Order: sequence, then C-alpha cells, then structure tokens
Amino acid sequence: MKAAPFEYARAADVDEACAWLAADDGARLIAGGQTLVPMMAMRLARPTRLIDINRIAALSYIRQETHQDQDGIAIGATTRQCAVERDALAAAKVPLLARAIPNIGHAATRARGTIGGSLANADPAAEISLIAVTLDATLSYRAGGKTTDIPARGFHVGAMVTSLPEGACLTAVRFPVWQGRIGTGFHEVNARSSDFAFVSAAAQIELGADNKCKRIVIGVGAATDHPIRLESAERQLAGGALDPKAVRAAVEAALTDIEALDDLHATAAYRRRVAAVLAARAVADAFADAQGKKVQGNANAH
Amino acid sequence: MSATGNRRYVSSDRRVREDRRFVAGKGHFVADIELPNMKHVAVVTCPHAAARIKAIDKRAALAMPGVHYIVDGAELAAATLPLMTGLDTPNVPRRPLALDVARYSGEWVAAVVADTRALAEDAAEAIEIDYEALPFVLDAEQALEQGSPLVHEAHGSNVLLDKTFVWGEVEKDFAASPRKLSLRVKWGRSSTVPIETFGVVASWDPWRDMLDVHASIQMPRYADQIGIALKIPATSVRVHHDVDVGGSYGVKRGIKHTVLCGYLSRRLGFPVRLIEDRLENMRGGDAHGPERLFDVEVAFADSGIVRSMKMRALENVGAYAGRSPFQLGKPIGAIVGPYKINSVEYRAIAVVTNKTTQDAVRGFGQGPTNLALERTMDEVANVLGLDPLEVRKRNLIRHDEFPYLIPSGTTYDSGNYETVIAKVLADAGYEDLKAERDRLRAEGKLAGIGIAACLEPSGGNATFEALLNPAITTSTFMDSCRINIDGMGAITATMHTPSSGQGHETLLGTVIGEVLQVDPDVVHVTRPDSLNSLPSGTPVGSRMAIMLGGAAFHAANRLKAKLTAIGAHDLGIPLERAVYDAGTVSDRDAPQNKRAWADLVQIAFRNYHRMPQDFEPGLAVEHVYQVPTGGTLPTPDGRVQMYPCFSFEFHLLLVSIDPELGRPEIVRYRLGHDCGTQINPKIVRGMTMGGIAHGIGAALYEEFAYNDDGQLIAQSFMDYLLPSSHEVPAVDIVDHETPSPHTVLGQKGSGESGYLGAPAAIANAVNDAIRGLGISINTLPIKVSKLGDLIAQAQEKTKVKKGN
Amino acid sequence: MRIELNVNGTVHEIEVEPRTTLLDCLRDRLDLKGAHAGCEHGVCGACTVLFDGAAVRSCLMFAAQATGSAITTIEGVTPGPGELSPIQDAFCETHGLQCGYCTPAMIMAAHALLAGNPAPTREEIVEAISGNICRCTGYAQIVEAIALAAERMRGVNRPRSLTE
Repeated sequence: MKAAPFEYARAADVDEACAWLAADDGARLIAGGQTLVPMMAMRLARPTRLIDINRIAALSYIRQETHQDQDGIAIGATTRQCAVERDALAAAKVPLLARAIPNIGHAATRARGTIGGSLANADPAAEISLIAVTLDATLSYRAGGKTTDIPARGFHVGAMVTSLPEGACLTAVRFPVWQGRIGTGFHEVNARSSDFAFVSAAAQIELGADNKCKRIVIGVGAATDHPIRLESAERQLAGGALDPKAVRAAVEAALTDIEALDDLHATAAYRRRVAAVLAARAVADAFADAQGKKVQGNANAH
Repeated sequence: MSATGNRRYVSSDRRVREDRRFVAGKGHFVADIELPNMKHVAVVTCPHAAARIKAIDKRAALAMPGVHYIVDGAELAAATLPLMTGLDTPNVPRRPLALDVARYSGEWVAAVVADTRALAEDAAEAIEIDYEALPFVLDAEQALEQGSPLVHEAHGSNVLLDKTFVWGEVEKDFAASPRKLSLRVKWGRSSTVPIETFGVVASWDPWRDMLDVHASIQMPRYADQIGIALKIPATSVRVHHDVDVGGSYGVKRGIKHTVLCGYLSRRLGFPVRLIEDRLENMRGGDAHGPERLFDVEVAFADSGIVRSMKMRALENVGAYAGRSPFQLGKPIGAIVGPYKINSVEYRAIAVVTNKTTQDAVRGFGQGPTNLALERTMDEVANVLGLDPLEVRKRNLIRHDEFPYLIPSGTTYDSGNYETVIAKVLADAGYEDLKAERDRLRAEGKLAGIGIAACLEPSGGNATFEALLNPAITTSTFMDSCRINIDGMGAITATMHTPSSGQGHETLLGTVIGEVLQVDPDVVHVTRPDSLNSLPSGTPVGSRMAIMLGGAAFHAANRLKAKLTAIGAHDLGIPLERAVYDAGTVSDRDAPQNKRAWADLVQIAFRNYHRMPQDFEPGLAVEHVYQVPTGGTLPTPDGRVQMYPCFSFEFHLLLVSIDPELGRPEIVRYRLGHDCGTQINPKIVRGMTMGGIAHGIGAALYEEFAYNDDGQLIAQSFMDYLLPSSHEVPAVDIVDHETPSPHTVLGQKGSGESGYLGAPAAIANAVNDAIRGLGISINTLPIKVSKLGDLIAQAQEKTKVKKGN
Repeated sequence: MRIELNVNGTVHEIEVEPRTTLLDCLRDRLDLKGAHAGCEHGVCGACTVLFDGAAVRSCLMFAAQATGSAITTIEGVTPGPGELSPIQDAFCETHGLQCGYCTPAMIMAAHALLAGNPAPTREEIVEAISGNICRCTGYAQIVEAIALAAERMRGVNRPRSLTE
C-alpha cells in the first residue's frame, strides 16, 4: 500500500501554494494529511504534486476577530485540531466546537489533522463541517491573489465535494460568537466510540430571561451527503419553551424528506430515525446547558 | 510431581521473559529481516467475484524501472503442485495464483518482483488482464441449490463435505421428550485479523540446494508443504523458527505466499520478500474465518433437561478448501458442551462460494458451535419460563461425574462447573445483577443479562481429520523438547516452532525450572530451524501448555534422572538412596555426602571414567510427547477421543441498549475460568482477556461483508472494525483450578479462552434485553444499525397494536 | 529528494522518494524497526511515534514533511542497551503485551499521555490508547501497565522505607 509517485514542495506562503496549484491540474494541497495520505496509500488519490502548506505560519492561529460588527473566533486553516481542543478562548467563545472536537478520530489523528483540512475534505460525517454549518461559520479562501469569503452552508455541497474553486486554498474559518445565555449540545452515534459517525447532531440556543428560546440553530451530519440545518424546526422552535415533545416533532418533521445515506454501517431508515433522536437530544442538552445544568453529553461518551 | 504438590515456579506471578525485547521495539518480525539483494513482491488481484482469465499482457509493466519479473498462474502451475487440502477433493485444486479462472474478488492472478515494494505496486497497476466475468454465488444456502453457479466446474457441485453422524438413540429420545424447539443461528464471517499481516522472505541457494524461509507462520507441516508444492525435498527447505510472529490466533498460514516466493527465488536467484499490505491481507490473504449457519433442534423435558439434540452446520468455506472444512470437525469433541445431553445427530456441510478462502481461526469452529448451543439453552429456558441459569445448572455435568463420556466418543477429563459458577455468583450476586438490569429497564434502557457456559477442548490429536476424511489416519499431534546442559553447566532448552505471543519461552523455562528446581531464568531457550528441529504440532488447538509443557517436563525429568544416576554412582550409593535437590545429588542417609551441579557436569563432560556403565557422555536429552490420552482412530460410527483436556468458562454479563440508538454497551462482565493449573497466571489472564475482546468483536463489530456484486466491502480497517480500548470493558475474572488428571502439572489449554464464550454470552444478553419487545436476533455480528432498526420495527408494531 | 530528519536527537541527511512515508523511512533507511506497519492507512496505530512530542501515526506522513521537526521512536525512549524506561518496565511487570507487534506504539502513546498528565484516570488511559489497536491482550494489562508506570514515576523522588 504505497502511494503512486508524486513531486513534493513546501509552500512558503499561501500565494505561492495557489500559484503552484494553478500551474498543475494534478497538484493537491496537503495539510494534516490524515485523510489524504490513506487515500494516496490506497491509490484512490494520485496527485502529481503535493503542495505542503503545513509550515505556513500565517495559516495557524486562533484569534478573536470582529467582522461587520459580528464577534467571531477565526481559526487558521492549518491549525491543528488538538490546538483548538486545548484552546481556552475557543472553548469559551465557541463552546459547541469544543464539545464536538474530542469526537474527531483519535488523539493521534487530532495531533496532525487540521481544521481547514477537515473542512476542505468535506466528509459527510466530519464534525467540524457540521459545526461550521450549524453556526453559520464563514470560510475564507485565497485564489489568484484575492481572498474571498463563503458561508459554510454554501461551501458544503456533497460527499467530499465543496464549492471551493479549482486552485484555491482555504485559509480560515470564522465562527460567530453568540452573546447571552448560551447553551450547546452535541451527539453522535457510531459503532466504536472513535469511528466516523453514522449520524451526528449539534444544537446551540440562546435563552431569554423567561427561559424561552430566543435563538436556535440545529444541524445534522452524516445522515445525508453533507451536513444540513433543520431550518423548519429552528423557525418553529424559536420563541418557544422547547418542550421535549414539540422539539421531537419539529425535528422529525424537518427530517422527513432528507435523502439519507445507506451503506455498510447504517441503513437510510436508521439514519433518518436516529437523526431525529440525536437532534432532539442535542436541543435538550443545549437547553439544560443554557440553564447552567450539567449535561451528560454525547451518547457515546468515552 | 503431583499437580497439587509444592510448586516453586509454576503458577507463581513471574514476568514473561519474552516481554523485554518487545517493549524495546526489538522483536524480530519478518518485516524486520533484510537479506542482501532482496527484492519485493506485490500481487495483482482479480476485481471480479468470478472471471475467466483470457489474456495477461505484461509488456508495459516489465518495461518499468526496477521491475525484474512477473509471474502468472500458468507459469506457476506448470512448475509447482497444488497446495495441500484436507478433504479428498482433487477437482478443487488450490494454487497461489489463479489458473485460467479466478474465483473470488481479490484472488491473486499475477505477481510482480521489483526493487522496492512501491515499484512493484506501480508495475502491478500496469499489467493488463482481459477478464470474462462469470456467474458467481456468495450465499451458502444458494450454493447448495440445484442450478447454482458452480465455483469449481470440474467438481460437479459446490458441496465439499456433507456428513451426518448419529451418536445414540436420537429419534427415540426425541419421541420420548414432551418438548422440542428449533432455532436458526448464524455466525458471521470474521477472523482473527492480527495487526501484523502475513509476510515471508524466501531465499534459494542453488549451491547448497537450500531454500531459507523466514515467515510469520503458525502452521503444522509448513516445511513439508513447501517442499511438496515446489517439488523439492523437505530437507531442502529450512524454515527459521526464530521469527517473532505479530499475532496469529490461528490464521498465519501463508502457504500460498511461501510457495510463490519460493518459486520466484528459485527462478530468479535472489531473495524475494512478500509482506502483505492490509488490502492484500483482507481480500486475498486467505485468512477469513468461519461463516456458519446452524439449525438446531432439541428435545427436552418440562424441567428443562435437554435429552437430545440435532444440529446441522452449514459452513461457507469460500472459494477453496484448504484445511478450513475441518473446522466443522473439531466441535464434535465437545458437541454437547458442558451438558449431559444423551444423544446427538450432527450434520456437517461445507460448501464453496465466491468468497475469500478461509483458514483456521481461534477455536477451530468451537466458538460458533458454542454460540449455537448457548443460544439454544437460553431459548429452552425462555419457552419454559425458567431462569436460564437454572436451566444450565440442571443440565450441567456434576464434578463427581468425571471422567464423563459424551455421545460422540470423547471422555471429558475433569471439571467442577458448579463450583466455578458458584464462585462467580458469590462474587457478583446474580440477584444484584438482575436488580441492576431492572433498574436500567426502569430508566428506559433495554437491558439484558447474558450467560454462557462453555468448554475449551485443548491439546488434541487432530483426529477430526480422520473423522471427516477416512483416507487420513493421523492420530498424533506431538510436540518435543530437547534439553542440553553444556560443559560449563548452562542449560539450553529448544522448542521447534515460532510463537505468536503465547510466551512459550517462559513456559519452557518455568516447567524445566520446576522439575530441575532451578531458577527458570537460567534456562536458556532457543528455536532451531526446521532442519534441526524435533517434531512440533505448532501452537494450534490450545495445546502448547499441555504438549510443549509435557515434552519439557518429561525431558527435564529424564535429565534429572541422569544427573541423579551420575551422582549416585559417583557417591557409590544405590540409586534409590540418591536424593536430587535443586541440582545437587546427595545421600539420603548421609546428606553431607553430595555432588553439586558443577561436579555432575564435570563427570558427564570430562570424567567418563566416573560415569555409570554404558551411559552416554554429556547431558543431552530429548522427549517427543504424545497427546496424553493417546491416539486412536474413529470407530465406524464416528466416535473418537479427540482432545484430552477441557477447560471451562462461565460468562455472566449485563448489556444495556439505548432503545432509540440500538447501541449495546456492556455494563458488567464477569468470567469464571478453570483451565486447571496455570503455569503462568499473567499469560493466562492476558490470553483470556484478549479472547474476550476478540469475542466482543465477533459478536458486535467484525464482519467481512460483501455487496451483491461479490465485492468485499469491509476490506480495510475503516470498515472491518476491531475493538479498541473503548469497546472492551473491565472484566472481573474469577479463577478456579481443577487439575487435569492427564497432564504433567494438571494444566489444560487457555489459548482460546474467553473467545469461545463471549459471543454467545453477548448474544444471549442482547436477546434478554429485547425479548420483551417480542423479537430476537440470532445472527452475528449484532451491528448497531441492524439492532436499532429491529427495535424500531418492533416498537412500531407495538404502537400499531395499542392504537387498535 | 534530499531531506533532513531529526530522529532521537540525531540529524540524518537522507535521499528519499517524496512518496516515502515517515514510517518506511524510519524502518528502511534508518534501520529503526520498532515502529511497525499494521494497516498503512492510519487506523491501527502500530506505527505511532512522537512528532514534536505528540503521538502521531508515522504512516500518515511523508518523510519529506518531517524536516524541521523532532521525531522520537521507541529506540529513543529506551535508556540504553538492555535497560528499560519505567513505562517499558511496567509493561513487563503487568505483561501488558503478548505478540509485541503493537507494543512499541502503545508505549509511545503512553509516553505522550504521561508527559502531559502524570496521574491519569483509567478513563484517560483508555482514551489515550484508543487509537492503538491491540489484538492480543484485550487492553486490561496495558491499562494497568500505564497506571503502574504513572504511579512509579510520580513516586520517583519520594522517600522510601528501607524495606521498600
């Protein structure tokens, strides 16, 4: 299981990486390589040239940024998943991300795997993609000497398919920071605790002083070929008391028409049904969390 | 020495001597071996479930840099003989590379030799093969049907074996029993899947007519089989036994890899190495395990006492036979488990299909059989409304009934099942466990208790071969040990097979140290190559503690006797007055008169004039040990003593299932284990825990799944799921020791422990959990999605009913 | 291509193909055979080494990518010929291994854990080795080995009684 031959080059900066990408149709960027390298080993991916962006210092950071009056946490594309996992600022400002990250692979893959690499790879079960979609994160990429923003929801379009233009390099993702009484919930189910999820669900809410839901987002991953938002449920539940039965009914209704994936690990029926279960649990956790109650968390808690 | 005598080293909590080299990364694995001018092999595999090979165009590949040679099935078949198979099925030949027809997706069709493995893979991609896809069959029951595609046209059917045994008055017992039930149970296709794949380095020396083989092998008669297939004398095959094997548990039997590399090295004149990559290993390594469908029928009384059983086992062996159909034979030696079932009918059917070929897996078929038996016992309890533990207790052989003859002709050596169970329950409290289950249920979980009471036959003589193929007359499966004390007084013992983690060097040191009453660590252990070896059956069938331990024990006693005789002679006393104590021989009546170790060595090596008359000089002894219950061939009605020793394991566990997710979680796990005398408790515990983990895998996670096109879809570790540390719960193991009367120290086997009962116990627990919904699941592995969907459908039905 | 690799404190200059993984480079070019290939697609963890102190899979990285970082292998944590580190010794004490194939990687994962967490709970140990598959042991004696090593390493400067 050895990769097909390729050329290797380390890019000094993003524009150099982009220029090299543009010069060679077969070139690919490598960040953490935790998905790309196995694909290459099995010769399912055969880049002619591998452009290594790991050493571009400007792509590795976690910082607070205000963008069009919206507070956000910006994370550079090659920031390691383990760096975000350990980062107090990210945990405080984007708690949903902090809840999800320990569920990605293993410590040894999070030590190399990057935030941008996971987003660009766009596995339907990727936790970071789910959180980006759920929170309406903004992705930035560089191409032709120009930086462009794209919403996470427009970025993820299919299984391992994104709207990132040819020759572009993803540079950052910016998660909006919510203010107020915030609560988050994240659940996923898989065979073994560290496997790709069959289904995952994330929710974030803001509660008013009356314990009514002021704002709610709910995302579901792995059930379909890319992460989705349960918008109809969000609309229905916003402003309400998040009664468990109402939540369940709303998420079930939002999931009735999805085209669920069907594969070796889980049937479409399983994914559709359990997506509703996990989405409801994520909302329940978020509700409890916002009220300062302890949340048990993921069903597959380690 | 008796089993209960004072032991110095046996059963003490000593370290395992092999561990030191492994923790430092200094194991000597086959992939660590680099011979001068060694080249690398990659194989080209068939992408179809079945296909005729019409043409192979090697030209482009041969022109690539670093490529030395490409061999195909026609060339190899012309130069070699087919590989050895267990059954007489001459029209089902098995070869390293497919000849004319490939019969499963992943089967090897050609092999490339190149300077590096990467270059070999590059060239393998460039070989152009013209295939004509053929009809194929994947399912064993379909393979039995008339008109099904034939995997081997010349064989005329897909059935390799169909044999029915009747032991006792089955029909009479069925007629006399007030109750009957039948059950269908399926063991899914999984295997042992060691973390090290199979690898071999073959190097031919034409000036010495010698093929040197380094391999990660665990197989009896390996050198013989290589020689036969390559048409060279076995004396021209030198297998190096000092290669550390990175896990096997049965499957490391790369005979086809070895014949291929041996041929290439002879043809090309340089060493050739093939280390399977994970895809080659999973698809075409021919190391899948049993995929078995059971139809069980039992006749029993209202009390739950089972009087008779009919069992039909249909095994899907994959595309070629090899030795795997024999895995239907071993369970005959424990066909009734630990129970007093009066009569048995057993029908064993092996069919070929277009799936990967199987090889021996831990337990050699006993695990699936135990699953069928233990699921059946639970169902007996269920239909009677009795507690499953109570039903087992009523059927168990009692300790005062040993030795116990079972209908299929084997006599169980010893056991104290009721005490093992009592110890587990004393520790666990069955009522407490039930209360915990009920608490979980009250919290909305589906919770269930699983029980399995299982046997591990160990140390046998392989007469399952003769049972299933009368042309075979094998009635021994010996092992050997040679001990030499050198002229400086140092002790060296030899063993004659590689090991794959079982701690055999520690075993030898401990047993010899015990007999000679010397520190086991001073016993140096070596592994001569196959040309310098005595016979060894290799670490199969849970036999090494019994067989290698037995050989070492007898060799050491022979040595002790010689030392004692030399001492007595030199002291001028009759032999019966000589006392051997920790290497010193003294006069019982005048203990101050003695000969120390150094004196005895001095006499044996340098002072022949002081030796007893006609004694060989030196201190070299050997012992070739026969299975302690001897060796007899089966009677015409298929009864035979196959295994001498029977270890017992009692699993008791609690499973909790989130009903909405269908994900089972093992909440409590307790095991009672009795393998007689434990020579090294650390090793026994490790193998037992490993067996439980492996059993958890077989029960819940692991399956070589195929799609409808005949493609193996669980071909990498992304899809074939081995349990990680998260999936294996803490297990309380309660030991009990019922010595075997047949073995030198009372020991029984433990290499398959845990694995032989865990799947059954887990399946029983899941069924106890979901029984309230009116459903059951009898197919392994019980995957999350499958269980979740089943529960959801049952709940849906209940809702509909309630609605009505 | 020519690369510089800092392995166990020594810098090596090596000519490799870009496609050579760090694992293959360590084994085939530097003769460091302690990291093992189990799956070569990043699941089994048998190839685990420390990369700038973090446990990573050496099959999921090309050797060329490692220039500029410090790599530690099992050979680098073994104190000397015939000598064992406290973690290695603890694995021997509990028999936290059988065939030894996954063992060096398991020990590297333990090193990475204990470097940052001298008193891990059972759950933390289980999590830290969950990316390393062992087929022999069922993990119990591995978990015990790491707990024992942690205890001994914590106690290394503690005064002891004369009989201890």
